[in-house]
Amino acid sequence: MTRLAEHLMIAPVVLPSFAGAVMLALGGEARRNVNAALNLVTTFTLVAISIALLRAAESAPTGVAGVYRLGDWPTPFAIVLVADRLAAIMLLLTSILAAAAVVFSLARWHRVGVLFHPLFQFLLMGINGAFLTGDLFNLFVFFEVLLAASYGLALHGSGSARVIAGLHYIVVNLAASLFFLIGVSLIYGVAGTLNMADLAARMPAIRTEDRALLEAGAGILGIAFLVKAGMWPLCFWLPGTYAAAPPPVASMFAILTKVGAYIVLRLWLLLFGAEAGASAQFGGEWLLVGGMATVAFGTIGSLASQDMARLAAFSVLVSSGTVLAAIAIGQVGVTGGALFYLISSTLGLGAFFLLIELVERGREPGADVLAVTREIYGEEDELEDSHETGIAIPATMGILGLAFIGCALVVSGLPPLSGFMAKFALLTSALNPPTGPTPTAAWVLLPLLILSGLAALIAMTRAGIRAFWASPDRTVPRVRVIEIVPVAVLLLLCAIQTIQAGPIMRFMQATAQSLHDPSDYIRGVLGSAVDRPDSRRGQT
Amino acid sequence: MEIILALGIGVLAGSGVWLILRPRTFQVIIGLSLLSYAVNLFIIAMGRLRIGVAPILAERAAGDPAHFADPLPQALVLTAIVISFATTALLLVVLLAARGLAGTDHVDGREPE
Repeated sequence: MTRLAEHLMIAPVVLPSFAGAVMLALGGEARRNVNAALNLVTTFTLVAISIALLRAAESAPTGVAGVYRLGDWPTPFAIVLVADRLAAIMLLLTSILAAAAVVFSLARWHRVGVLFHPLFQFLLMGINGAFLTGDLFNLFVFFEVLLAASYGLALHGSGSARVIAGLHYIVVNLAASLFFLIGVSLIYGVAGTLNMADLAARMPAIRTEDRALLEAGAGILGIAFLVKAGMWPLCFWLPGTYAAAPPPVASMFAILTKVGAYIVLRLWLLLFGAEAGASAQFGGEWLLVGGMATVAFGTIGSLASQDMARLAAFSVLVSSGTVLAAIAIGQVGVTGGALFYLISSTLGLGAFFLLIELVERGREPGADVLAVTREIYGEEDELEDSHETGIAIPATMGILGLAFIGCALVVSGLPPLSGFMAKFALLTSALNPPTGPTPTAAWVLLPLLILSGLAALIAMTRAGIRAFWASPDRTVPRVRVIEIVPVAVLLLLCAIQTIQAGPIMRFMQATAQSLHDPSDYIRGVLGSAVDRPDSRRGQT
Repeated sequence: MEIILALGIGVLAGSGVWLILRPRTFQVIIGLSLLSYAVNLFIIAMGRLRIGVAPILAERAAGDPAHFADPLPQALVLTAIVISFATTALLLVVLLAARGLAGTDHVDGREPE
């Protein structure tokens, strides 16, 4: 790799932080158009960068595209960024979702509050950093960056409902951050390292009397991630916050739960895989039962939801629970299916959150909130202007209806879209393990997933009928091209995922394989530095 | 020394948990602050307690780790303090906004019936 290509790895972190800082320096509100342009350019550059990283990871024989040691310190001391297959695919998913959300927000949402664009970039910086980092404490820092930005974005547009939901969100996440710190320091106290690969390498050598303390640390750390992932019973903050958040932000939040699930997936398989000695599979039953309880809770919640935003928020819980339960089964095939499902459901839910606002626009409640925020910021004139200049799309209700059907198919997991392929792949591998009989967990997961799909379909149908058929005197919302295009693109990507299911599934299986056998990852991080200290000593 | 630190962490954490479960936003924010103090002390304790030793190694040599305090937890605590300070400040703003919009300082935005 050339020198520039080596530094491409850190670009997903540096670029958004730089862009965000420039936006702040430009003076937020006065130059909203400049900021919007900068946000667009940065976000689309991030899509290109993540595609490049994904290709690099795919072509690398070990699946690790590169290890970036900050400050060029030798590895156990350096804070490392690691771009392997899983990190690359998550980066791409984030940037695609971000691109859709930014384009959508340009129609009106970025005007309803202050500093939307810088906060959005800082959110991206935190998410990308959390996916790339190979160090536990660095992960904490990136978590805080993404959380701090998400606090601001969840409150974007203000309004009483948002502030109260945001207050709960902030308090719960601050408490979770404290759990994170306790877990990290316990692990450091026992193992003496915070580098994930180094930690995994040291796991088998932990003394028996220290093991309980380390497992306690890992469990407490797990609470912090599972709060983020929304595992029952740590998820009661989620539906309110997600339903109240502004639509482009809620669409980005669809990936925030996946950040929690991603870290559980990475750390659990890295630290408590087969090589961990006595600690192997630590906490697996909790993850399995918790994941299934989350699916059940999300299913009941989505049936009980009165409005679409809450329905979408509960669907986020179902998706998150499915991923967690599938991870806990702990087989390569199931993990591969879970990754496929993760991509499909995140794209589908992202599109759904955007679509909801378009559908609800013709109805009263959403309009109320917008009117209030307009009063607060006194920007009625500007908005009225833009109403006139925007290009409205024809046959609005027809197109919205089609998009809604697309979302319903992806979220509930019906053919022909990718939701079906994902659940099918997941359940097939769960029921046909490579060795031994079908585990009991798979027999429980099968009806649970099918029932949750059925419930999602019922809930979506009911919401669809209420929105599209049962209100004859509604006003047809004015929807502009830049608002419907992101939704259409996200759904189109789901369709592409269906058509290209073969290659994508192979990639996911390779990713799952390297997650279950992390020796390449560990060697990639620790091994690359083995010869470095000597050469360094030679120079001094 | 250990017992004093352990008691200190315990009292701070206990009071923090109790306050966090209270219904008023101000109690919650004080509870979070107390909890974060407890956690910061806990991080220091996890680097092993050593009194009167420097957290750096000898110049141009590795030195004997037995004579030095572990510098890493101290660095972690500094970061944690900065972050919790910033997020607490942010929470204060949200708290004031919630008080202004809802007209009450109850965490649910309305007084219980």
